[in-house]
Amino acid sequence: MKVRLNARGNYGEWRKAARAALTNGIEPKFVDWAVETETYDLFGETASSDDAAVYEASEGSASTPANARAQAVLKPAAFVSSAFIELTEMAICHSDAKRFDLCYRLLWRLQSQKHLLDDPADPDVRALHGLVKSVRRDMHKMKAFVRFKETQAVSERRAFVAWFEPEHFIVAQTAPFFQRRFGDMDWIIATPKGSAAWKGARLHFSEAPAKPFELKDEADDLWRAYYANIFNPARLKVSAMQSEMPKKYWKNLPEATLIPELIRDADKRVRQMHERASSAEAPAFHRALKSRMTDRSQ
Amino acid sequence: MKKSLRERLAILSDAAKYDASCASSGTSKRDSRSGGLGSTESSGICHAYAPDGRCISLLKILMTNFCIYDCAYCINRSSSNVERARFSADEVVWLTLEFYRRNYIEGLFLSSGIIRSSDYTMEQMVKIAKDLRLKHDFRGYIHLKTIPEASAALIEEAGLYADRLSINIELPTDAGVEALAPQKHPQNIRRSMGELRQKIDEFSEPTFRRRRKRFVPAGQSTQMIIGADATNDATILGSSASLYGRFRLRRVYYSAFSPIPDASNVLPLIKPPLIREHRLYQADWLYRFYGFDIAEITAGRKDGMLDLDLDPKLAWALENRERFPVDVNRADKEVLFRVPGLGVKSVQSLLNARRYRRLKIEDLVRLKISVRKVKPFIVTDDWTPIKLIDRANLRELFAPEPEQLVLL
Ligand code: SF4
Repeated sequence: MKVRLNARGNYGEWRKAARAALTNGIEPKFVDWAVETETYDLFGETASSDDAAVYEASEGSASTPANARAQAVLKPAAFVSSAFIELTEMAICHSDAKRFDLCYRLLWRLQSQKHLLDDPADPDVRALHGLVKSVRRDMHKMKAFVRFKETQAVSERRAFVAWFEPEHFIVAQTAPFFQRRFGDMDWIIATPKGSAAWKGARLHFSEAPAKPFELKDEADDLWRAYYANIFNPARLKVSAMQSEMPKKYWKNLPEATLIPELIRDADKRVRQMHERASSAEAPAFHRALKSRMTDRSQ
Repeated sequence: MKKSLRERLAILSDAAKYDASCASSGTSKRDSRSGGLGSTESSGICHAYAPDGRCISLLKILMTNFCIYDCAYCINRSSSNVERARFSADEVVWLTLEFYRRNYIEGLFLSSGIIRSSDYTMEQMVKIAKDLRLKHDFRGYIHLKTIPEASAALIEEAGLYADRLSINIELPTDAGVEALAPQKHPQNIRRSMGELRQKIDEFSEPTFRRRRKRFVPAGQSTQMIIGADATNDATILGSSASLYGRFRLRRVYYSAFSPIPDASNVLPLIKPPLIREHRLYQADWLYRFYGFDIAEITAGRKDGMLDLDLDPKLAWALENRERFPVDVNRADKEVLFRVPGLGVKSVQSLLNARRYRRLKIEDLVRLKISVRKVKPFIVTDDWTPIKLIDRANLRELFAPEPEQLVLL
């Protein structure tokens, strides 16, 4: 059986195909998961998985609680735990082409091994957790490293846009975070792996790759001033920084342009600090304070 | 001539960098879906990392670096010739909101030098937090560092708007504070901590009459400077344990004393003891999460100083070899916690995995446990460390390679 998928992080398309394959009893090794290119859902009102209603709408069970919902999803062929749904929702966002096959194989094995997911030493389970971990990390970095730039407002709400380059197809999954946080402003986050937009009523998504753009925001200069000065040259630890803020993110971070210079000058600044050790005379107001204190104590 | 906003930001963030904390986690959950700006997540987000490897999560600034006190270890002390600046309350509010909207930060960490009086300064800081919350409906994170000797009423008001309050103990011993920060009084610092703890307890008591008001949901923390005086690690950790116990602090931060420009000549002009700071955090962690007593951690050390070459858990294990090896298929959680190389998470996954199989070395590999590190201390289905634990050179197996000397 050959399955064609857009493969841009939409859980529904995989779920539908997986359910069909499972109902028909097709073994994992006979399913060929192929990626189709260039059919995009342009700013349709699909929702994030945070808001699973959209995926559920076709099931007629939009408002069932998480557990019941999870079980309804794969009916009538199979029951799966909500943990399986949560994990695979993440894994499907990964950019590794093998993710569909892995998730289906797990689904298949779960039918006879109900507690499979509880065994962290199983190779498939480990692989799933590996994908999920990498997706979670990417989502986390997106929350951290998106930088909004202010642009012309179209209403009395202020408007911001951001260009970001995630590793995986995580825009739809991560957008609700920005909605929760930046409710009172309009914003667009554009990425090569899809975009999200918010104007106060509901989140919009597009699967289409966006084009990068340049935009100036004056606040970036203040932010850079802050970044340069909060850094303590006496504690230079470049590898610690890079493991948390990998270079691949640097090009969209306004502060990152300063990094090479800050590293280069760190030693010099520390040395200068030592040389400037204790100047002889305290400032005038210190002397004034002192004399006031002695006056008082007399 | 008045300095520009950018120039003052440079001065007042430079002055704030000696504060170790940048945490923004563990507060109440809120967001802007019902209006306003901002949200909090269960764990804070680091929006950038400085080349010193430290997380930048908050706009960490001083309201002003003018100060009427003269604490020897502080760049802002009155006798220092550092350049001075001051923000107005509105400027701090504006910077916080504009930085927040661009997703640079989780919120504000505000501290200040003392101008005019403790209460005057504290009042200004409370005003900033209050304006952010009430005028601008800001729902992000706010940490205020309270001003020493500020009145209890002001600290209580601050608690209504801040997620976290810190009251710095500054140095691990009272004698240290008296010597280096002559205007501060350790007993007053502790009194403030006690009062704050009491308020936190009061506010968290359920009431039937009205909705509970939010009061410093992320609790109180403190900081002490390490390496500015001769206090040893055992004493430092003892102070922390007593602070955790008496005032239920969320965190004690250790800040390696860092040479500051125009340093007072009573202080050592040395590189900050970063490894020592790191070891103290590890020991603090063993105390808070792994069931170790402070006394146990430093028991094997004659001078009361932690071993700089080995992490404190490994050092403890080498001192207590008779307790090993531990059978990972049978041992209790508390015992597994004490195995060097096993963290809270790996212990949890071991416990889960062993319900389904007898664990072998390869299972540990799959659980991403560093087998090289744990092997001498454990028994699995297919592994017993015959004599390893008795080897006299066990320490050498772990201690870092001696540094290669090179010709100049
Ligand atoms: S009171 Fe605070 S700001 Fe002032 S000198 Fe002491 S530590 Fe520094």
